[in-house]
Amino acid sequence: MLELAANQGVSVTDQSAGDSPLAIRGLTVSYGQKPAVFSVDMTVQPGAMTAIIGPNGAGKSTLLKAALGIVSPLSGQVTVYGQPLEKQRARIAYVPQRASVDWDFPTRVIDVVLMGLSRELGLLGRVRARHMSRAMDCLHRVGMRDFADRQIGQLSGGQQQRVFLARALAQDADLYLLDEPFAGVDAATEKAIIAVLKSLKEAGKTVVVVHHDLATVTDYFDHVFLINTRKVAEGPVAQAFTAETLQSAYGGRLATAQIDQISRALG
Amino acid sequence: MLWDALTLQLGYNATLVAIGASLLGVSAGVAGTFLFLRKRALVSDAISHATLPGVCLAFMVLVALGGDGRNLIGLLAGSAVSAWVGLLCMNWLTRHTRLAEDAAIGAVLSVFFGMGIVLLTVIQTMGVGRQAGLEGFLLGSTAGMLWADALIIAMGGAVTLLLVMIIRRPMMMVAFDPEYAAARGVPVHRVDLAMMGLVMAVTVVGLKIVGLILIVALLIIPPVTARFWSDRSDRVVLLAGLTGGMAGYLGAGISASAPNLPTGPIIVLVSLGFFALSLLFAPVRGVLAAILRHLRFQRRVHIRQGLLAMAQGQKIYEPLTLRLLRRAGLVRADGVATEAGKARAAKALRDEKRWEIVRADQAHEATAALYDGLRDIESVLTRDQITEIDRRIGGPQEVMP
Repeated sequence: MLELAANQGVSVTDQSAGDSPLAIRGLTVSYGQKPAVFSVDMTVQPGAMTAIIGPNGAGKSTLLKAALGIVSPLSGQVTVYGQPLEKQRARIAYVPQRASVDWDFPTRVIDVVLMGLSRELGLLGRVRARHMSRAMDCLHRVGMRDFADRQIGQLSGGQQQRVFLARALAQDADLYLLDEPFAGVDAATEKAIIAVLKSLKEAGKTVVVVHHDLATVTDYFDHVFLINTRKVAEGPVAQAFTAETLQSAYGGRLATAQIDQISRALG
Repeated sequence: MLWDALTLQLGYNATLVAIGASLLGVSAGVAGTFLFLRKRALVSDAISHATLPGVCLAFMVLVALGGDGRNLIGLLAGSAVSAWVGLLCMNWLTRHTRLAEDAAIGAVLSVFFGMGIVLLTVIQTMGVGRQAGLEGFLLGSTAGMLWADALIIAMGGAVTLLLVMIIRRPMMMVAFDPEYAAARGVPVHRVDLAMMGLVMAVTVVGLKIVGLILIVALLIIPPVTARFWSDRSDRVVLLAGLTGGMAGYLGAGISASAPNLPTGPIIVLVSLGFFALSLLFAPVRGVLAAILRHLRFQRRVHIRQGLLAMAQGQKIYEPLTLRLLRRAGLVRADGVATEAGKARAAKALRDEKRWEIVRADQAHEATAALYDGLRDIESVLTRDQITEIDRRIGGPQEVMP
């Protein structure tokens, strides 16, 4: 077992796990008898934008959910800023996949964003003007201010995704975890989301994104984490996002032409 | 007679029942809304059927201890315990086996209800059992309701409402997006249990009035009714409480106004009435509104298509389009466009061009989302914005005759 738990991927990191925004050690998550994530170590660099990349069913989303305690792992530890997850929850904002909720739910855009303030509001606290203005501010940052009073089902897919991002912004967290925010959204939304993420990075926040579009990795991110059930590679894009690591993460699933294209883009 | 009942002038018992039923309706509607929004409405059916063995066992214990088997507090406590056991069984089945929730509901519902019926039969054979009137808990029986019974129902309902108020935010968060709630540190599992615990409390409190078979109607119908009238969760909760309360009050009144009208079933029928009215007449989500909206939309599509065809000099073949254009005075009986028709057609074509600009421009995103090929651009943009767009299109273009 100990041998299996040993780190099998390429690691190019310069940060000790000690005070990393998110450090995962020996994480295994299994649905039934087949592990979705097996003995994975991950150390997220503070202030970086990290993409979690891998083929379909490679355990990208599961890794994120386990990091947040949404699914319970078979083994492994998660520390957030050097402390157990439970103590640091207020510092993490999560943007789930759009498909995870029922969009016919009777709620308005502004109500969804106000959920981001649930910790401040507590059980009985009234929603005051300052809460409203903060929520509106977050909607403004994702370009959705004009939609505050709409029922969420009236939005397009991209707009729904931006509302989820606004809810995360309302938390004013230090670590942002996003699950496929660019899946099935329009170009305008993709631009709006990436602009917000870059502004978060500039403000010194840490951003981790489950990402599926290999073509945009070098433009959007500075760190990557390649996974295919096991960790394949981790580090700055230039070192860890290479033809070899992609080949080993995707195996035959990635056309050679695609890999060539990416290697050329990387120079 | 009905008026007397509704103004609480039909005697002591009728008044007690009316007040109790109203309070029960309010708390059932409110608690049921969260379960409905969590998409677990049927869990309440299993919970209510699981009360029966508890009622019977409590009766047997009370009699064995030499007390009065009909003590309502004792019976309700027993029903709460067995409902809770049923709830835990169901929870365990869904979480730790491969059974889906509907199978777990079916299993718990039938097994507990079956056990209850067996116990009921045993009690019938006991000496004291015949007068016990435990069958009343199946469909409710309000005939012999006492002041103390009404007080228990009122207090139970009030406490339930208070608890709902306190944990409404986590419950709503879990109902909308359980994974996000879990990521925020909301104890999803415990919130779910609390939600079902509240439903159980309502069920237990309602045993005397509507009975365990029909209480599910009071938990589900008011939220479904309320959902027709609002897109905001807080209002759905309030409206569900309101319709539930009114159904309880009216139902109790109607059943008191004539002999041999059972209270519980009448309450359920009244709430069904509210539901049917909402289903038909609710302004946005109702069936009639949907039909009208569809017809109006179809009419606008035909006229717009006709106008665009006219503007581009194409012939219109669709009889419905021609009929609508004629009726609007845009086309003469012989199919030739009138002056008004020509003007509208030119305007329609120009609006199409303006919309094209709007939809291509990121700055107009909120407006562009409103595009449906039908709207007049003036209804969404200001004069100045339109002038600006016209400047980008260039001068007015000739419309083909």
